Amino acid sequence: MPLDPALAGRTFAPTEPYLVSRERIIEFCGAVGAELVDSGDTAPLTFPFVIAFGAMTQLMADPEVGIELQNVVHGEQRFEQVRPVRTGDVLTGTLSIETVRTAAGMDMIATRTEIAAADGEPVSSAFALLLHRGEASS
Amino acid sequence: MSFEVGQQLEPRSYRVTRSDLIRYTGASGDRNPIHWSERVATSVGLPGVIAHGMYTLALAGRAVTSWVGDPAAVESFGARFTNPVPLPDDHDGTVGEVVGVVSKVESGLATIDLTVTNDGVKVLGMCKAVVRC
Repeated sequence: MPLDPALAGRTFAPTEPYLVSRERIIEFCGAVGAELVDSGDTAPLTFPFVIAFGAMTQLMADPEVGIELQNVVHGEQRFEQVRPVRTGDVLTGTLSIETVRTAAGMDMIATRTEIAAADGEPVSSAFALLLHRGEASS
Repeated sequence: MSFEVGQQLEPRSYRVTRSDLIRYTGASGDRNPIHWSERVATSVGLPGVIAHGMYTLALAGRAVTSWVGDPAAVESFGARFTNPVPLPDDHDGTVGEVVGVVSKVESGLATIDLTVTNDGVKVLGMCKAVVRC
């Protein structure tokens, strides 16, 4: 089933608050081999994807959306950074679907996730293009 | 840091093994089995376990941070995922090569065009960082 084009423009509920600990940043740096900045108090550039991925997981879990992770390919990812993520941040991600296009059995879903600190302070905007195989092939 | 148009930044080379992908799976929350299960990866038509696209982008981010110094100087950063990075099940894994060239300097902002390759194949498209300088 192709995705409902009416999903474009929809904004989903924010993700549960995520407390960024130094251990989390060090774990992420260790995984990608990044050197620690400020002894692990400043997160690497792509760390906000952890929050954006949480928002995408929430999107996929929505029965009205009908996307399964195994049928999704990550096509593109871009961040507009206001400031790096830091130890002690309590972050939420609010995902909106910007556009939905379907061509040759593939849905192209452009999403934008606004990542904010506890007081609503903007930290990063994460733009992801998700490619979804509409035909149930697996 | 000052940048000039045409400036070639010092190339970076990063080794990745399956063990790193397992760690990244935990650190990122992206548990898609194509990044750790040969069975699932081959069942969806992949040659085998592949790196998370975001793992590869993180390597590009490492290079950007190494060139810029201060992560706070980065205004935007991203790429298209154009080719998968297969990870052999051995100790050596594979290597990602990152090169960067300054393509534009204007109004205190420098644009860095990155080329990220694995085994000579370009794995990211339109990979760019815009940094304050």
